[in-house]
Order: sequence, then structure tokens, then C-alpha cells
Amino acid sequence: MVDATGRRGADVLLRDGIVVAVEPSLGASAGAGGGVTLDATGCVVAPGLVDLHTHLREPGREEAETVETGARAAALGGYTAVVAMPNTEPAIDSAAVVGQVLELGAGACCQVVVAGAITVGRAGKQLAPLAEMAALGVRLFTDDGAGVQDARLMRRAMEYASSLGVTLAQHCEDADLAAGGHMHEGEWSSKLGIPGIPAEAEELMVMRDLALSRLTGAPVHFLHLSTEGSLQLVREAKARGQQVTAEAAPHHFTLTAAEVAGYDSVFKVNPPLRTDADVAAVREALADGTIDAIATDHAPHPQEAKELPFDLAPPGMLGLETALALALTELTLPVEQVLALLAWQPARIAGLVADQGGPIVKGSAANLCVIDLAAEWVVDPAALASKSRNTPYAGRRLRGRVRHTVLRGEPVVINGEAQR
Amino acid sequence: MSGPHLLSIADLGREGIEEVLRVTDAFVEVSGRAIPKVPALRGKTIVSLFYEDSTRTRLSFETAAKRLSADTMTFSVSSSSVNKGESLRDTVETIEAMGIDAVIVRHGSAGVPWQVASWLHGPSVINAGDGWHEHPTQALLDCFTVCRAANGLEGGAGFAGLEGRHVAIVGDIKHSRVARSNVHAFTALGADVTLVAPPTLLPPSLAGWPVTVSHDLDDVLPKCDVVYVLRMQRERMQESLVPSLREYTAGYGLTRERSHLLADHALVMHPGPMNRGVEIAAEVTAMPNCVITTQVANGVAVRMAVLYLLLGSGVDLVAS
Repeated sequence: MVDATGRRGADVLLRDGIVVAVEPSLGASAGAGGGVTLDATGCVVAPGLVDLHTHLREPGREEAETVETGARAAALGGYTAVVAMPNTEPAIDSAAVVGQVLELGAGACCQVVVAGAITVGRAGKQLAPLAEMAALGVRLFTDDGAGVQDARLMRRAMEYASSLGVTLAQHCEDADLAAGGHMHEGEWSSKLGIPGIPAEAEELMVMRDLALSRLTGAPVHFLHLSTEGSLQLVREAKARGQQVTAEAAPHHFTLTAAEVAGYDSVFKVNPPLRTDADVAAVREALADGTIDAIATDHAPHPQEAKELPFDLAPPGMLGLETALALALTELTLPVEQVLALLAWQPARIAGLVADQGGPIVKGSAANLCVIDLAAEWVVDPAALASKSRNTPYAGRRLRGRVRHTVLRGEPVVINGEAQR
Repeated sequence: MSGPHLLSIADLGREGIEEVLRVTDAFVEVSGRAIPKVPALRGKTIVSLFYEDSTRTRLSFETAAKRLSADTMTFSVSSSSVNKGESLRDTVETIEAMGIDAVIVRHGSAGVPWQVASWLHGPSVINAGDGWHEHPTQALLDCFTVCRAANGLEGGAGFAGLEGRHVAIVGDIKHSRVARSNVHAFTALGADVTLVAPPTLLPPSLAGWPVTVSHDLDDVLPKCDVVYVLRMQRERMQESLVPSLREYTAGYGLTRERSHLLADHALVMHPGPMNRGVEIAAEVTAMPNCVITTQVANGVAVRMAVLYLLLGSGVDLVAS
């Protein structure tokens, strides 16, 4: 068993959605009375993973994903909670849409919480009703898909949010500097003749929001940071004691812009795949604590959308079913640190510590995953539970696989099979 | 993937380019005949799939195909079901189902010929220009034009025409598929290439490009054996890449005054269509060493060679 308190060998007894006993050996009688026994021999039992950045696409883009299919993919990936991004159609910018998505998530394979939009319609013009959404439990707000461009509006949002106990999360991208770009600007974009997005488009907004956070005293969370420069800015801000957290996506520590050479838009994502130096910087920032969480930016798109010419195809990649294995396979970090990045640190940022992220002790919520660290598998897009197939890792051999996932005491994944 | 294809000059390499030029030489002779037609591709069907306006490239390919006795079809966007929302893939698969041998693709998005090639099972794909990326047959006809003018084809003993020559490519390199293909082709044949442009019209990174860069056309022109002038589009002004066409012409236009800096033997080339008075002065286009119409004429023979090598000879022009 591995959680924030460390590593130990134990049996766990769950009842009524709660951990009721954690003992070195509970014996066969513990499960008596119609209970289910899950075999975790040779596996790690961990708090369920928490994804800060999931595009569930519902409402509006159900051909790509639904709350039901996305949550199933999440559970298979070891997640017991996901934060649904608000760039739906309509956007999650009101209590009504928040309520609709929470309702859709009620019977899903994992806990579904939502991030609300900062501005009405994510249009960057007018503050969305943050307090009404916060009253329904929304703890993160973002216009993800785009950054809030207007510095004055972002300042107001931070000031307003600071009294609500919520956090604003920024998709860092200066829209003017990034305009027209479809991949990282540099050697590969120049060669391939694809308009580029410079790293500085991300870094400018990181700089601006660190300044606004200082001005307002409000915390800020940076979504999917991808450049060496952004990470250095966050590292310095943390050293100064600023209230800043950051996440990175698995594709930004495993893939570079060189992947675009074949013009397969499965490698189109925003922020774009960057350089070897940026990949190394993300790995370093994951290791030294500059980055607090690995977040998937799971962004399903139907095949026909990804078959458009590269510059016309929508950005985004699947992530929920591969994130844990990529972290275990590609990062040279101890399991405890990988799980901190995937479970208890994101649970804290999402404001979910009451139910998610462990530790696994008597009385805690029974949201767990069981991981076979040694299991090797090859990513097969056709075998994914997501409604879409746009994984950039087709054919990749990975190590580490989820065996069981338990949500509120119910096994939603048993031996790698979804139960709902 | 089907094949063989011609997607990129970068795939061809020196040997591939020289092979095309050798075959082109033979087809120039055919083009000069009273009846400029040979039966090499009789029974073959070639489709032009043009998603972008083009006059010279489309006509040049169609002329080339007809002189080889191939059957040709043109799929132009305005008259097709693309306007009814048909996807590129569905279009390509529909065309393939009709039983064709080659597709000539022009598209405003970089990479489309690669996508088309990945969806086909039999036909060859020829890239007739993809976004800012590549325009391989333009580069081939440009190489042929330089080599011919330099008498480099004698005896078929290789193409010395570009070896050690100084070529300046002038203008909007950043948005130019012609420039990208020509940098590959000219340097593969041994030329030294200098890109002359304001920094805003250069690609953001030239890492791995075997070129030198200058912002001083007057300094470069006297050393050139070939000056290759690119089209300057008016819309670049709206993007603030240059303040005005007047200022662009003053700095980078091949004006009449500037043309006096050229060596007597130096060739002036342009892929067309020209903006006379912007990137090139009308008087310059009338100079004896201006080979712009020769480029167009050679284009047909080069495209005959490409079609023949891909469809007729059974020789693999490029790895598929």
C-alpha cells in the first residue's frame, strides 16, 4: 500500500464506501458476509488518481466523448475523480450547466466534478457567475482552450475569486502571439511549413498571471505547462513564496515536435509538442516539485476531425488510459512521487481532499486503485474505452497497469474490466 | 501505403533529381516534335486534385499527361461535392474507386499529399504544392532550367550545372513552398544558396538548412550565378511583415537599377505568377538572361519525366 504517509504491506477492508480496517493481515473471515475480495497480490494499493484536466465533451460534443464513456476510461486508468473542463457547448459558465454535468456524472465510473468558466461563454469579455457555481461545489475556474487575454478582467476575476475560496486556473497562451499557429515554432515548423506557436506565447501569460497573483493575493494554477521558460518562472515564483501551482501533461514529457514530421494530426495538441530541451525541463520540474500534478488534458476527437489537414484539425489527445503507465514507464521517479503527482497533490488543488487522494486509513473514503507495476502492455487504440481513438501512443509498449479501481467502496474496475 | 510517389524533393536526393533531369532531357526533344505525343502512358488515368487555384501547374501537368497519352481528369473544388461537405478522405477514396493510376495533389495545407498517400492502396501521389511546405516539380524544372542554360547536360554525364554555383533566393521564403523545395534541390546538386529576405519573411528557424542568409541584396547580386525571385503577396503588408510594398521593393525588389549589379551570365528566375513592379521590374523580365518563360516550357518536360518514371517505366523514382 502506498499513500502520502508512505509504504506498507496491509489488507484493506471497505464497507459502506468507507475504509473500515487497514491491518497487516485481515484474514479470510474479514470478507465474509457476501463481500467481494479483490486480489492485489504483487500490486500497489493506492488512493484513486485525480485528473485535474479532462475534456468530457458533454454537453454538445457527444460524438467525441460523453460523461459516461470518459468516466469509464478514467476508471480504467486508475482515476476515481476527474475535473471536467468547461469548454463544452454550451460552456460550463452557469449554475444550470454545472448542475447538468454533475447530474450526468452521478452514476458514472468515477467522481465527476467540474471546472467552471471564468468568463461568460469563455469569450473573455465578462465575468461568469463564479459564486453561483462555487455554491454547487465548483472549486476550479478556467476558460481552458483559451487564456483570459484581458489583463484587467483577469485581475478582477482573481480579486473576486479570492473571497470564494476557489482557484483560477489559466490556459497560458497569448492569443495574438500564438495567432495562426498549429505546432511549436522552431526547427520542425520551419521545415514542415506549418505556422508555429512560439514558446513565448505561453511564457508571457505565465509572467503576467504571476504578476496579477502578486497584485491580488489570489492563488493561481497553471494548466499544462510545456516550456522550459514557463517552468523556470514557476520555480522562481515558488521560491519567492507565491501561491502558485502547476500541472504538466504526459505528452509534454514523452513527445516532441519531431512527431509532426508525418503530418498526422493525432500529434496536434495545444500547447503543442515542444523540443527535447522542453521535455527534459518538464521531467526535471516533475522531479523537483515545480510541477505539482500530472494532468491528462484528455481531449477526445472523432477520427474524421483528426483526418482533416494538419492546420485544420482540432488540437487534443486522449490521455486518461495511458497517463499512469507513461509516468511509471518514462519518469525515473519513485512510485510514491508518481502517485503524489497523480493522486494526492491534484486532489488538494481540486479541493477534493475530503474524499480523494487518501491517505488510506480507517474512516477515509474508499476511493482506491490497485496497480500492477510490472504488467507490460501495448497501447491499442481500438481497445480504449474512450469514445474516440486519438491517442498518440498507438503501438507503444508501457509498463504498469491498473488492475482494480474502487469508487466509494464499489469495484468499478476488476482485473482491468469496467463493471459499469 | 501505395506508391511510388513524389511527395518531397527531400526524399529524392541527388541521384533521384539527376534521374528526373536525364529523362526530362529526352522529353524536351519530344516536345519539339511536330506531333509532340508518345504512347508511353496509354491506358493510364491521372487525376488532378486541386484544392487551390493554380493555372500553370495544373495546365503543365495536364499537358504533360496528354503528351504521354494518358487519360486525364480534373477534380476542382468548386465543381465537386467538396462544397457539399465531403471530407478529403472520402473524396480520395471515391476517386480511387474509379480505378486510377495517379493523383496530382495541390492543397493549401502542408502535408496533405502525405495524408492522401496514406489512404490510397494503389495509385501514385504527386505533390503539386502543399501549403508553405514543398513544390517538388517546380524545383525539378528550376534545376533543369539552370543545368540546361549552363550546358550541364552534355553527354548525360551528370549535372554540373549547379555544382559550385551561387544561387540567391530572394523574397518571402517563410511562406514559400518553392523556396523550401529549391533549397533542397539546389544544394543537393552542389550549389551554394543564399536566402535574401527581411527577417520577418524568413522561417523562424533555419536549423539544418544548408544556406547562408543576407539582408543586403546589393551585396549578394554581384556574386550570383542565379537570382531566384519569389512572389511577394500583398497580404503580407496587412500582417505587418513589411510596412509597405514600396519599402519592400526598395530593399528587396529586383529593380532595373539593381539588375546592373548582376554578372553578365547570371540567370534571373521566378516561379510565377509575377507582381511586376513589386519583386521584379518589368524591364528585368525582358533581359536576355531572364529565363522565366523557359522555366514554364521546361515544366511540361519535367512533369512528363516524373509521370513516366512513376507510372511508365516500372522504376522506383522514390521510395514509396
